[in-house]
Amino acid sequence: MKRRDFLKSTAVFVAGASVSLSALELVDPKEVLASRPELRWGFLVDTHKCVGCGMCVKACKLENDIPYDANVTRTWVERYAMMKNGEVIKDSPKGARDGFTSKLVDQGEAGTRLLRDKDIAQAFFVPKLCNHCTLPACVQVCPVGATYKTADGVVLVDRKWCIGCGYCIMGCPYGVRFFHPVVHTADKCTFCYHRISKGGNTACAQACPFGARTIGNLRDPNDPVAKAVLNERVGILRAEYGTKPNVYYIGLNKEVH
Amino acid sequence: MKGHVWRPLYVVIGIVVLLLLFRFFYVPDDFGIQKQGYTFGFHRLSNEQEWKDFPAKYKGTEYCNECHDDKVASISASQHEMIPCEDCHGPARNHPEDPEKLVVNRSRELCIRCHSKLYMPSSGRSDIPGIDPGTHNTGMECAECHNPHNPSLEDM
Repeated sequence: MKRRDFLKSTAVFVAGASVSLSALELVDPKEVLASRPELRWGFLVDTHKCVGCGMCVKACKLENDIPYDANVTRTWVERYAMMKNGEVIKDSPKGARDGFTSKLVDQGEAGTRLLRDKDIAQAFFVPKLCNHCTLPACVQVCPVGATYKTADGVVLVDRKWCIGCGYCIMGCPYGVRFFHPVVHTADKCTFCYHRISKGGNTACAQACPFGARTIGNLRDPNDPVAKAVLNERVGILRAEYGTKPNVYYIGLNKEVH
Repeated sequence: MKGHVWRPLYVVIGIVVLLLLFRFFYVPDDFGIQKQGYTFGFHRLSNEQEWKDFPAKYKGTEYCNECHDDKVASISASQHEMIPCEDCHGPARNHPEDPEKLVVNRSRELCIRCHSKLYMPSSGRSDIPGIDPGTHNTGMECAECHNPHNPSLEDM
């Protein structure tokens, strides 16, 4: 082999090897569009504004036909109290369906405990609901294809297809799923899909007098929720699970998870 | 091949055919991998529409305002202007046809959701005027003294 040929073929080989395979892959425009749709629902909770009245929980239960007195709910509100001695106390009696009206904190089997004002360093309320994760663990574990994510980012349960195995209820890191005592399938927050897809608001956000809950389109740069998520100091719950939640919180403490 | 090989093979083929037949009739046409891919989008597509068709019960203050504009105006001028009608009056559903009349919740339990005094220093709850429901005129309904549409203490 001549030296000229050797150098030529080496140059061709090096140039060829430096192009990664992914650069040569043909991109399907449909696939690109599907991964960035025009609409992606997101939720914003401002914990400073929440006063723990629980009207959201009541509205959710009535709107979505969740048995009112059964101990299941699609959304709930937690009360957190950080005591001056470093103790963290939290409760959510009946999911806060009747609000927080007492200084007695529900401690489950340990009974109730009176919170004295002078012992409290910080106290606030945190509304919780389904995070409609971008990578939902609950959907991944469904053995029959009954739960799924829509193109606009809402996680739903097909009541005709669900066999009630309960795997998704175990799989959700946030504990937002439950077994519906009447329908006998897994159930969860739908972001009030029937309302938002007709231009309405979720029942919980509409019932909130203080605007602590808002829903919006994360893909629209002019949407108030998208703006807050982009510009303000927001947090998500249990980021370590890698589920990429779409419910964002303003004023989240590290004690809340 | 001999009979002892073919016979069980026929059984297996029969089972497979039966399963495929059952699947053909039982699984709807729109069931399969949708836009979100196999992991997150494996479902029956028409279920999305079924959820969209779920009936709404809460109609919003604008709906109430179509007939009860005087009531909406009175509360809008008061400190309670941020409270949606249906929080106290209940979901409108198909009012005025069904139900013809909405039952107003006048209980103390409703008012103290916000007005029971709690020490919540990092929450908006602290900014709301509050009472101790255990000592403040027990046994009476709040609405006997306070007008929910005009809760101002000066006008009591």
